[in-house]
Amino acid sequence: MFRASTYLRDLPQPLPMARRFFEYAGGTTLMFFDAVRYIVTLRFRPSEAMRQTAFLIVESLPIVLLTSGFTGLVISLETAVSAVQNGFSFVIGGSVAYGTVRELGPLLTGIVFAGRAGAAITAQLGSMVVTEQIEALQSFGASPTKVLVVPRLLACLIGMPMLTTFADIIAVYGGYYMALLHAHISANTYWSSVNRFIDFTDFEKGLLKAAVFGIIVAIVACYEGFRTQGGADGVGRATTHAVVTAIILVFAFNFALSFVLFR
Amino acid sequence: MKTSPTAGAGSADAATADVAVSLQHVNLSYGPKIVLSDCSLDFARGKVTTVIGLSGAGKSTILRLVNGLRQPTHGRVVVNGVDIVGMNERPLNEIRKKMGFAFQASALFDSLSVFDNVSFPLYEHTKFSREEIRKRVDEALHSIGLSDVADRMPAELSGGMQKRVGFARAIVNEPEIILFDEPTTGLDPIMTNVITDTIKGIQTRLRPTSIVVMHDMPSVYAISDNIAMLFEGTIIEAAPATEFRRSKNPIVQQFLEGSEVGPIPL
Repeated sequence: MFRASTYLRDLPQPLPMARRFFEYAGGTTLMFFDAVRYIVTLRFRPSEAMRQTAFLIVESLPIVLLTSGFTGLVISLETAVSAVQNGFSFVIGGSVAYGTVRELGPLLTGIVFAGRAGAAITAQLGSMVVTEQIEALQSFGASPTKVLVVPRLLACLIGMPMLTTFADIIAVYGGYYMALLHAHISANTYWSSVNRFIDFTDFEKGLLKAAVFGIIVAIVACYEGFRTQGGADGVGRATTHAVVTAIILVFAFNFALSFVLFR
Repeated sequence: MKTSPTAGAGSADAATADVAVSLQHVNLSYGPKIVLSDCSLDFARGKVTTVIGLSGAGKSTILRLVNGLRQPTHGRVVVNGVDIVGMNERPLNEIRKKMGFAFQASALFDSLSVFDNVSFPLYEHTKFSREEIRKRVDEALHSIGLSDVADRMPAELSGGMQKRVGFARAIVNEPEIILFDEPTTGLDPIMTNVITDTIKGIQTRLRPTSIVVMHDMPSVYAISDNIAMLFEGTIIEAAPATEFRRSKNPIVQQFLEGSEVGPIPL
């Protein structure tokens, strides 16, 4: 016999979903402002922030360089030959630099950073939850936000723009070598095109985007880490959820920031 | 400690000189699961009170309530005369600074060395110089018989050594109240004796109010001034150790004898 309630029960319920959304948004926002409070009042260990920054940059740098290098190569490969054939060789350097510095540099770095650093942060904090280390911290009257979130937030805030700078440079140089080897464009043509299409404010705005993505990755990863439940399985689920959420938010904020910054 | 299991409940003022911590009519449930039900107990100042009970009875939850890591659904948790239920994080942290907590699984920070673990409460809450912190950490490690492990990582230590490092971290700032969660669980008899002696040594040296959760009865008798039994979410017996052994409560007697036959459902 058909029972509508049986089928309705299996559908996503709008009210619990909305509640979960607002809980998540509220929780991450509160955590962010709590961390900002500790940063502004200088109540954190700079040595731990530096250690985290070095760790996260070293962990993410090879993947960032590889992805950005190949991205620069492929943009140049796709545009160089047809641009030369149609007499537009003066746009090749500009198209690589324009796309990289304003969009692909920060975006790809953000995605890679979410996958590498974000996963590492969530897995580490999740493991600390399931082994009672977070409760141990609280039992001593220490704030987990101050001890664990602030150094990671600062590390991501500093690390993302640095990685993006490397990514921009590698992508533009990758594009240059591909244009040079594949379409035989002179260095002068390529670099003057770069100069003509972008200026320093584009680079600055790209770094601003990167900093925002760094904050997103840090807060989402820490929040998911603290919410971990269960054992190893729970850590795995939290890590996956953190990476997926961070990547979606990076894309969404990239659109919003492009809309605001480059209009 | 009052001998009646509910003596602490409704007492005019738990902040007497004799009582450091008082649970008053505490209820705690997670959804439909009732963990504690009208649980009342006073913990005498400067004494070792051990809470015994079946596995999963809610003993460790009592320690977390005392530390403010869990909030009761109903009732009061009074620490040094202050009800900590619903308290904001900042004043609660001030109370926690006077507590040490030795966790069941040690809960050492695995990314920090033994020295950094033990010195953590000092760096967080004091303005001692590096030399002073080094001295106090060395003293704490010496007092638990582990003077030479300061530079090692927790993963390089045995389970018993990790427990003792956890004790060192709990006592390094000489707290007024120390909470021990199953300190001998999972250890061999020799290491159990070492841990028992360590707790006795800490009690002799610092005279804290110690709240211990365990069910290894020889160790319970060796360290306890008072014993309380938690059963089905409530304290069914609480008495000085010598009196507790003579309890006429059939549930207590069955537990102490470790018998399968009796009122405790298996």
